[in-house]
Amino acid sequence: MAEFDFVKTSELIAVLAADPVSPPVHMGRRVAMALAMGILVSLGVYLVFVGPRPDIAAAVQTVRFNLKFLDALALPAPSLLLMLRLARPDARPGTLLLWLLAPLFLLAVAVVVELMVAPSSEWLPRLVGHTPLYCMTMITMLAVAPLAGLIAAMRAGAPQYPGLTGAFAGAASAGVAALLFVPHCPDDSPLFVATWYPLATLICMGVGALVGRRFLAW
Amino acid sequence: MKAQPIKGPLDDPWSRMMTASIAGDEGAYRRLLEDIGRSVRAMARAAFARAGVGDADIEDAVQETLLAMHLKRHTWDPGQPLGPWVYAIARHKVVDALRRRGRRRVEPLENFEEFLAAPEAEDPHALSDARKLLETLAPRQRDIVTSISLDGQSIAATAKRLSMSEVAVRVALHRALKSLGAAWRSSIS
Repeated sequence: MAEFDFVKTSELIAVLAADPVSPPVHMGRRVAMALAMGILVSLGVYLVFVGPRPDIAAAVQTVRFNLKFLDALALPAPSLLLMLRLARPDARPGTLLLWLLAPLFLLAVAVVVELMVAPSSEWLPRLVGHTPLYCMTMITMLAVAPLAGLIAAMRAGAPQYPGLTGAFAGAASAGVAALLFVPHCPDDSPLFVATWYPLATLICMGVGALVGRRFLAW
Repeated sequence: MKAQPIKGPLDDPWSRMMTASIAGDEGAYRRLLEDIGRSVRAMARAAFARAGVGDADIEDAVQETLLAMHLKRHTWDPGQPLGPWVYAIARHKVVDALRRRGRRRVEPLENFEEFLAAPEAEDPHALSDARKLLETLAPRQRDIVTSISLDGQSIAATAKRLSMSEVAVRVALHRALKSLGAAWRSSIS
């Protein structure tokens, strides 16, 4: 066997040029597939271990309950788009970043309205709700499978900021998990949602950033 | 699925060469890699000099950039010029190389376009670390890589010598390059 002498750049170039045209990689499709699989797993966990709340039929009649879906949706949409964009090494987040303000704005408006309509003696009980820790834990747990899927799919990318890209994957996963968890969550007050959902999201973003730094570096 | 329609005519030579390469033009790809290699080398040398670091790892940075470019080709948007994409990869790899030499804070590098004008030819004696990384490959992969790089054999000749199909040689070569990229990365961290 030839002695290894793979030291010259011209030799590397010869090998690279001989490599066939690699099958095209569609980042969007990869991410969509991975996300769908992650959601299926989390949906299974939800159906087996969590399930909707008993008064779901009455709850869907209320604005507060339905607002939670909107809150949950407002975050993953821009997070996913940002994450996908950052898969390119020369990408800049750009004005897409502004869309991250949408969920914050939604929450802020809901909180202000709630503070106006609810008596101040109700504020703290509504904020703490019934099951804040369970809610935070479940959202984080339900986010695990989507996050794993997203990170795996994004390994085909070349993000310049692996940590930030991972954090957006975490935010998107948290949003998806929140969406699944909303039908179960017995607390509908915007004060509750604006406190505990973002906390769970921050946890997921932190985990996403750590995982991203480890697995999305290239 | 077909590639997305190109938004505007890309008349810069690199983008045209890359488009031809993706369509399977090995000659265009080789010329493109050589061209980019020269520019990245000039850029790496300038960055190393500015950071006060010796020249020893320059060729590593060049080769890592070329390999990363190769493995991440699909992250180039054919509707955008190739230059900024190459620059982003080169910057990433040069900064990595400087960090490896203990430079925590790396200043932003100058505009890549400068180095297009002042490319630097390869030093025939320049060494890289790729040699020891090659030893991490499976023997068959290593044999294929060295046969094509060192002995200058074609895929067809290599396939014949190893009694493999050309497709199998191509697949093995692609896997070998991916492993090489992974080995390079883990040698850094």
